[in-house]
Amino acid sequence: MYVATKGGERAIDAAHDWLAEERRGDPAVPELTIAQIREQMRLAVNRVMAEGSLYDPDLAALAIKQARGDLIEAIFLVRAYRTTLPRFGSSHPVETCDMAITRRISATFKDVPGGQVLGPTFDYTHRLLDFKLMADGEAPTAARKPADPEPAPHILALLDRDGLMEPLAHDGATPRDLTREPLELPADRPLRLQALTRGDEGFLLSLAYSTQRGYGRTHAFVGELRIGTCAVEMEIPELGFAVEIGEIELTECETVNQFTGSKTEPPQFTRGYGLVMGQSERKAISMSLVERALRWEELGEENTGAPAQDTEFVLYHSDNIQATGFLEHIKLPHYVDFQSELELIRKLRRAVAPERLEAAE
Amino acid sequence: MTEHAYNFAYLDEATKQMIRRAILKGLAIPGYQVPFASREMPMPYGWGTGGVQVTAACLTPSDTLKVIDQGADDATNAVSIRKFFERTARVATTTATAEASVIQTRHRIPEERLSEGQILVYQVPIPEPLRFLEPRESETRRMHALEEYGLMHVKLYEDIARHGEIATSYAYPVKVEERYVMDPSPIPKFDNPKLSGMAAIQLFGAGREQRIYALPPYTEVVSLDFEDHPFEPMKADHDCDLCGAGESYLDELITDDAGGRMFVCSDTDFCAARRAGGHRGRLVPEGDAA
Repeated sequence: MYVATKGGERAIDAAHDWLAEERRGDPAVPELTIAQIREQMRLAVNRVMAEGSLYDPDLAALAIKQARGDLIEAIFLVRAYRTTLPRFGSSHPVETCDMAITRRISATFKDVPGGQVLGPTFDYTHRLLDFKLMADGEAPTAARKPADPEPAPHILALLDRDGLMEPLAHDGATPRDLTREPLELPADRPLRLQALTRGDEGFLLSLAYSTQRGYGRTHAFVGELRIGTCAVEMEIPELGFAVEIGEIELTECETVNQFTGSKTEPPQFTRGYGLVMGQSERKAISMSLVERALRWEELGEENTGAPAQDTEFVLYHSDNIQATGFLEHIKLPHYVDFQSELELIRKLRRAVAPERLEAAE
Repeated sequence: MTEHAYNFAYLDEATKQMIRRAILKGLAIPGYQVPFASREMPMPYGWGTGGVQVTAACLTPSDTLKVIDQGADDATNAVSIRKFFERTARVATTTATAEASVIQTRHRIPEERLSEGQILVYQVPIPEPLRFLEPRESETRRMHALEEYGLMHVKLYEDIARHGEIATSYAYPVKVEERYVMDPSPIPKFDNPKLSGMAAIQLFGAGREQRIYALPPYTEVVSLDFEDHPFEPMKADHDCDLCGAGESYLDELITDDAGGRMFVCSDTDFCAARRAGGHRGRLVPEGDAA
């Protein structure tokens, strides 16, 4: 006789044992270490830190290992861990103009104070598989030079001096915290930026791309893209002054956007802003394009109905942990709802069938 | 990962306090969706994180917890959530509806009538009953504020005009104390009448959507309908093939590839108790103690 599925608990345990075995793969192949992932899968680590909203390369590497390389799963692990951590306080705002730069480029000026620094980039590499990497490789070394003592001010700040950039309004208010308060609309710019910086890279990439193709076009130039490390300072109440508690790697992108003026604003350049933990260039550029598109209202631009202009749409759908959870929950049993749908369809069909029969005659 | 690294019932006390505030507000304004700062939980959004957070905020060490999914205690996700609280709160668990002080559920209300002192926690995927009529949260909140429910009535009316009846079989919208239209979570509409006048506290948690809402004991809850098309609960027109119950909600199981079907109670505890009490369904041979 048929008995409804039992033994869910045993099935779960067995599935998880199998998963653990699969994660390890062939035991004859040496196991990955956290340090290997941290050092050699660094951009994956960066993405997990950025979207996990937790700057900890070792934990991100652990999450990647545990998640078998599924980065969204790894981000989820980091988020679930992060939420249990006590909050001691907030740092001072990070001064990205004092960044120790590893990469800095501008698409708007040929030369700038502080110079252009290509840094470790995939740009201009030919995308040819390097079969040498299949063999045991040596550790390559690059030429070195001493750090440039010349300061590298923000390029948009230079335009700012000429009055061509929109002035930056800063009211000094403490921004709302997306991780401690429910998202409520309307969302101001700090809140939007928070959501975007932890948003899914793929989602933001596609949205940014859509603005380039005309869905909420904002005419963006990469005014500056900079990657490097910044000191994080925090006020320690017992000390009464701020101390440096560490440094983090950041990618910052500022776009310059043409703006011909509106009823409320004069013609000037406007700014889209992207800031992401780690070297996450694609994400930072995407973020700045989407961020700029979302500013249509405050700048008095036209709402063309483009997805990238729709704050509610963007903010409610950018979080990949929310998205993947809800998407995948449809794997859970829905016997009960489906049963009531079955009954309903049968009932509706009973009502319809005679008419159909008549029509067929 | 050691269980001892986490606070009782996983969440830290400040978070639980925040959730309890939202619950109390929800109880004070029955049917109103209270925004709360939902946390990332160690299970995915959409898998009961809202319910889990509400349960975590309600649990005390002396509680007895029951977790069901689709009415069943042994469904995989129910097992997973029950295990989570066994590990993080070490509370007693049960499958017996009457013995539980807190019951977390997905998609069902137990068949057995709940009593005062019990808490029923629902997992809610989409808390907004107007969502599929109006996708914007900013707009639906306004509609609730203004008690502007015309759109919902038009939808129900159009169903009747097109199908002869309201084509919603689960997550059937209700009105709470003549004020808020509320989504009862995706319970079959068979369960809707149990929402009203229930002696237990009913709490609804939507983690991903960051909303909590509540029904205090003995709240009046009316399923939306029209005078000439009154609300009608619906179930499979069979008795349970295991326990013979004629009044319980049934799951339909496909037993072969020749159209064979059997119907069994979706509420596993209810069914097991009936069989233990000597009730027998069509497919249980005489003398078989089930």
